[in-house]
Amino acid sequence: MKTLEEIQKIREEKRKELDLRVNLQANTVEKHILVCRGTGCTSSKSPKIIENFKKIIEEKGIKNVRVIQTGCFGLCAKGPIVIIRPEDTFYAMVKPEDCEEIINTHIIEGKLVERLLCKDIDNSVVKRLDELTFYKKQKRIALKNCGIIDPENIDEYIAFDGYKALEKVLFNMSQDDVINEVTESGLRGRGGAGFPTGKKWFFTKIAAGEQKYVVCNADEGDPGAFMDRSILEGDPHCIIEAMMIAGYAIGADKGYIYVRAEYPIAVHRFQTAINQAKEYGILGKNIFGTEFSFDLEIRLGAGAFVCGEETALLESIEGRAGRPRLKPPFPANAGLWQKPTLINNVETYANITKIILNGAEWYKSIGTETSKGTKVFALGGNVVNVGLVEVPMGTTLREIVFDIGGGIPGGHKFKAAQTGGPSGGCIPEENLDTPIDYESLGAIGSMMGSGGLIVMDDTKCMVNLAKFYLGFTVDESCGKCNPCRIGTKRMLEILERITEGKGTLEDIDKLEKLAHTIKTASVCGLGQTAPNPVLSTLKYFRNEYIEHVDQQKCSTNECKALAKLEINSEKCKKCGLCARNCPVNAITGDRENGYKIDTEKCIKCGACQRNCHFSAI
Amino acid sequence: MPEMIKLTIDGKEVEVEKGVSVLTAARKANIDIPTLCFLKEINAAGDCRMCIVEIEGRRGFSPSCITKAEEGMIVRTNTPEINEARRVILDLILSTHNRDCLTCVRNGNCELQTLARQFGIQEIEYEGEKIAANIDEVSPSIVRDTSKCIMCKRCVAACKNVQNIGAIAVAGRGFESRIASTNDESLNNVNCVFCGQCIEACPVGALKEKDDTKQVWRKINDKDTTVIVQVAPAVRAALGEEFGIKIGTAVTGKMVAALKKIGFDKVFDTNTGADLTIMEEANEFVERLTKNDNIPMITSCSPGWIRFIEMNYPELLPHLSTCKSPHEMFGAILKSYYAEKVGIDPKKMYVVSVMPCVAKKFERSREEMKNDDLDNVDCVITTRELARMIKQANIDFVNLEDDVFDDPMGEATGAAAIFGTTGGVMEAALRTAYEKVTGKELKSVDFEDVRGNKGIKKATIDLDGKEIKVAVAHGLGNARKVLEEIKAGKADYQFVEIMACPGGCVMGGGQPIVSSKTRSNVDVRALRAKALYNIDEDSKLRKSHENPVMEKLYSEFLEKPGSHKAHELLHTTYHKREKYNI
Repeated sequence: MKTLEEIQKIREEKRKELDLRVNLQANTVEKHILVCRGTGCTSSKSPKIIENFKKIIEEKGIKNVRVIQTGCFGLCAKGPIVIIRPEDTFYAMVKPEDCEEIINTHIIEGKLVERLLCKDIDNSVVKRLDELTFYKKQKRIALKNCGIIDPENIDEYIAFDGYKALEKVLFNMSQDDVINEVTESGLRGRGGAGFPTGKKWFFTKIAAGEQKYVVCNADEGDPGAFMDRSILEGDPHCIIEAMMIAGYAIGADKGYIYVRAEYPIAVHRFQTAINQAKEYGILGKNIFGTEFSFDLEIRLGAGAFVCGEETALLESIEGRAGRPRLKPPFPANAGLWQKPTLINNVETYANITKIILNGAEWYKSIGTETSKGTKVFALGGNVVNVGLVEVPMGTTLREIVFDIGGGIPGGHKFKAAQTGGPSGGCIPEENLDTPIDYESLGAIGSMMGSGGLIVMDDTKCMVNLAKFYLGFTVDESCGKCNPCRIGTKRMLEILERITEGKGTLEDIDKLEKLAHTIKTASVCGLGQTAPNPVLSTLKYFRNEYIEHVDQQKCSTNECKALAKLEINSEKCKKCGLCARNCPVNAITGDRENGYKIDTEKCIKCGACQRNCHFSAI
Repeated sequence: MPEMIKLTIDGKEVEVEKGVSVLTAARKANIDIPTLCFLKEINAAGDCRMCIVEIEGRRGFSPSCITKAEEGMIVRTNTPEINEARRVILDLILSTHNRDCLTCVRNGNCELQTLARQFGIQEIEYEGEKIAANIDEVSPSIVRDTSKCIMCKRCVAACKNVQNIGAIAVAGRGFESRIASTNDESLNNVNCVFCGQCIEACPVGALKEKDDTKQVWRKINDKDTTVIVQVAPAVRAALGEEFGIKIGTAVTGKMVAALKKIGFDKVFDTNTGADLTIMEEANEFVERLTKNDNIPMITSCSPGWIRFIEMNYPELLPHLSTCKSPHEMFGAILKSYYAEKVGIDPKKMYVVSVMPCVAKKFERSREEMKNDDLDNVDCVITTRELARMIKQANIDFVNLEDDVFDDPMGEATGAAAIFGTTGGVMEAALRTAYEKVTGKELKSVDFEDVRGNKGIKKATIDLDGKEIKVAVAHGLGNARKVLEEIKAGKADYQFVEIMACPGGCVMGGGQPIVSSKTRSNVDVRALRAKALYNIDEDSKLRKSHENPVMEKLYSEFLEKPGSHKAHELLHTTYHKREKYNI
């Protein structure tokens, strides 16, 4: 147990000690080697990198150098990432065997390891993190501590204003003050729907009932999304603190965080953070000597996508199968065990401490008229800089894809971006200058969603893409209501027919009609948004559907059943690579007369196409 | 006075009690909304989405069955958009369904079929993969066919919420979701008690009784076998419904006439067996009360209930009356006393019981229900199966002339008739026990306190200075509450009647199936029960011990209630039963 004074003291002393992490001009002989231990870098052996660094430092008896595990730096495409501060050197794609060289050259000799430096979009070598184009248009609020602190060390969190917002709230703000500040900030739910957060807090506060709960929705399920995971892995205490502030504001003394069991690192770090907070007396009874008490528990989800829907999530916490409830009543009035319950998403909570400390005015100054603050996106797909980005609302998709994301690799052209996962829609090139905010994305047939942003180049078939998302929905539908249970299955079957060249124009009309019924008549958000990928691709890429139906043709060749592989004799150099790589010997010929594909034998695997150096297939 | 609210439905102002659903409010205003998963007092989940309506200010459509009516709400139930959505949803349901309507047991009495007709569905727009067929016909009572299931979950609600059993639940997710029991086992191997309330709840043919009519026909057509049929009290109160006769009409005379036309050699009344049960049970109760032997004593006529206590409360089995149920007692007497009297070899006798119950099919097969290696009863068919046989025999049921049960076993009292409704066994037993204990004549035979639909009814009866307390429970959810009281030592009553089905046998799992819509408008239980109370009231004899057949039976054969012979033929034992044989 620590008193408030002791915690303040830790904050002061530790902050000085860690100053070089953020003050890049720091005049110190000390160096901190920061190694990303997010899930991506961890699976590329970053724990081994940390181990090697520590071993070498010890063996060589080097003083004044510390090796720190941190959360995600964002530029996952270049992982594992090692940053050395205060000089801010950015080493990319580091291997465990590079550690020795980094220590010898960088630490001992004071020179850069040139070969490990990161290359920017224009291929120029970049020495420092803050010089990378990737970071220039970003603004980190939710991810503020990610990549800076050791997420498993509460003192490091405290050093960077940790638990200061809680202190401010408990001693200087009434419940209404807190709610007003959040309302005033304009913060909206980051789970996707964008409901005003302050309003939600207010409704839960005024709901009748002695026992109330605070819940954090960390059941991030969109394919390709890892925003919430990264926050939990990189800065778990900021979520604990925000949930406590929420608890104080609405009058709850118990919180649950619902995390997917597939996020073992996040779960481990969050549990560690809870334990540490309890040990310090930050979580528990009479926090900082006040009347306020708060307890927090983790609940593991078993990976059902529908459990991200708030009422299904509540059912799951209560121990039942995750199937949604009818709304109204909303959780604010009848949530967990029918008690008033506040549910917010991880990223929403991640903004709270900053709003409390810097004020609503500051927060409001960032973003657009209707959408304030920043949004974190998991940028993936056919884009150079795959990773985690946080941008002010109002940034355009073009800026994210081309400036931050570095554009499309391999000389291909941009075709579409998908936001909102299986609930969202495809955004074509013509809408790339749409500023990111809830309303604008809705207006072009997509949605903000929780932050998955998948970029697709011209090799992607939009019908196939719609089929992929419908397949996901069919797998993840809970089966409670008929429109979703049967309707999505039928939509998938129609898409399968179309991608196999067996569709009819009537099928396209049927798809649209069914989509409309599913949207209006389903129980929960999953069903109500499931048709969006189909509707948006139909809106912007209808020609592709018609091409599949009318000509039985998929111009990208992604729809294998429609693909007809043939050799373009003009481009063919008769090298024979295709024939050697064909697994079923469907390509015959010789270097003199050229080669032919036997379409009867061909299994359309595409091996010949991939191996042809001259795009002749 | 309940608080009233006003709302507008399809432009019409409706005033309803606060707290009712939009569906109820609409129906009050004579606005019909189609439903499928809704079943009054059993299931309201908003899952099927057939009852969707448009509510001003709410996104999408709302399910009217679970959306509460609110003051000032503006509801539209009949717009082209809603009807189109409903039509698509119905099309989707039909697309997964095994549409073998002509050969389905529910042909003509199927809620899905009714809706398809109502919506004018002539072709399925969204054909696709159907629900896999998985047919469970292992149990002696219930058959389940997943290919006909429309996932309305009414059966799950009846099993879990009403009966408190939970033998079936939703397993799997999405299109793969299905109604299943533990480990996808047969109902025969899990905690199902065969009450059949799931069948009554099913809107389609996914749940039905195990049909035993074929073997009955075979025996009827076999010249060497004397086929005797007996009919339970509740059957006559509901059989007419299968022929379009108004709910609550007793059709005893037509039923007997039909049975004779079908070709049964003798047509007897299980009510006679019920009178015999009362003779034995009243005697057993008085004896046990005197010796304070496992009091309270609990009735044992309901086989679903017996299976329930054997599985769930084996430690309370000594509280059960040892009496066999009326039709089993009657079967035992037919194959002994009666066989000897008329000179038929009991081995060539085939006793068929017509019961409102599917658990009776299981009861019949119990090892204990035998004497001299012969089953007391050879076959049990339900009210529904009897109706089917009548139709198969081309009998114009509605226009049949009334007929009477055969002698000498045809006579029965009004006390026996009310066995078919909750509280009836208790009332009949009290009429006899009173006179047995006090030696005085019971003037007013109506025990109103044990009648009616309250889940657990308790009453105090004055046996001429000696007060006894009784309890009556129906539906296994209520039974569980009573058993918990007994277990906790909190039971201050001495005699308990328990029936597995809510409402008693008139609402048994073998009775004609009433659609959700009719159940919403009509109190089926009350009407069927009334038919039995009317029979009782109109009877000259209203106490079992006044039945002349009893007098003869005891003087010529059984000696006295509780005699050695009576024990051998009319009493039984129970045993602990594992819930899961997996």
